[in-house]
Amino acid sequence: MERAAEIELARQLLEGKPEAFDRFVEHFRGKIFNYSRIMCGHREDAEEVAQETLLKVFENFDQLREPERVRAWVFRIAKNACLIKRRKSIFAPQQELSLDELMPAKDSSGDAMRIEIADWSAIPEDEALRSELRQVLEDAMANMPEIYRSVMLLRDVEELSTEEAAQILDLTPDAVKTRLHRARLLARKMLDSYLRANRQAMEKS
Amino acid sequence: MASHQHDENCKKMFALLSEYLDLELPAGTCKEMETHIAGCGPCAAFTESLRKTIELCRSYRPQELPDPIARDARQKLLEAYQKVLAGRRS
Repeated sequence: MERAAEIELARQLLEGKPEAFDRFVEHFRGKIFNYSRIMCGHREDAEEVAQETLLKVFENFDQLREPERVRAWVFRIAKNACLIKRRKSIFAPQQELSLDELMPAKDSSGDAMRIEIADWSAIPEDEALRSELRQVLEDAMANMPEIYRSVMLLRDVEELSTEEAAQILDLTPDAVKTRLHRARLLARKMLDSYLRANRQAMEKS
Repeated sequence: MASHQHDENCKKMFALLSEYLDLELPAGTCKEMETHIAGCGPCAAFTESLRKTIELCRSYRPQELPDPIARDARQKLLEAYQKVLAGRRS
């Protein structure tokens, strides 16, 4: 569903038109379920988070003053529901990863400027490959430190703005940018390894 | 020495790539990045791969859907919404 259609549903519900109710529930239930499944890692938890979030959303529906902000508002509530549900990992790093760790490795030919990058040129055309890569991307998100995962889901998957993500996560916009960059680099690295392994397998066969 | 300087430029640009792709950089910095990328093959390839990573995120669709909502769960949500509407009238 387009963002505009989602805003329209929120507007109708605010105007007291219950016809929009089921479509609104179905749409956001799917979104929250996906977000919390990747955040919490459990399907059962994600179903509960979706229900708890939607209940809060409807109980407080009058607090949504501007329908344009509905996605950010719902995700703020979902994030809090997730926090309560989540099993906190003792391995969560407190410090940002250093960028040096995320730079691509230089190759062994001795030329300082040559770096190892897979061939990404086939991605836009090849729908089968794109679909495989979406699964790799999901695994990458599920396995990256939570501070990066949460930002990437809101900014790049839900396409919320830097400011909206900052408000939802109680971070400064600069912290959102820093974390988003690292999240993307981590995801890129996983995708790149996958593409390289894929290429090698194809060359062997 | 020139190569070392070049390496430093690559590092600097590496740190700003996301902001560059999100069009969040000041015009001057953006221009510097463009110039560097145009003249540096590895940075160009890397930038392209990061751009495609972001594009893949945006075209990402949930790999799993929730089970259909249970009747009583839906009823609970509807009641909460109706209560808000009733509260406005009173």
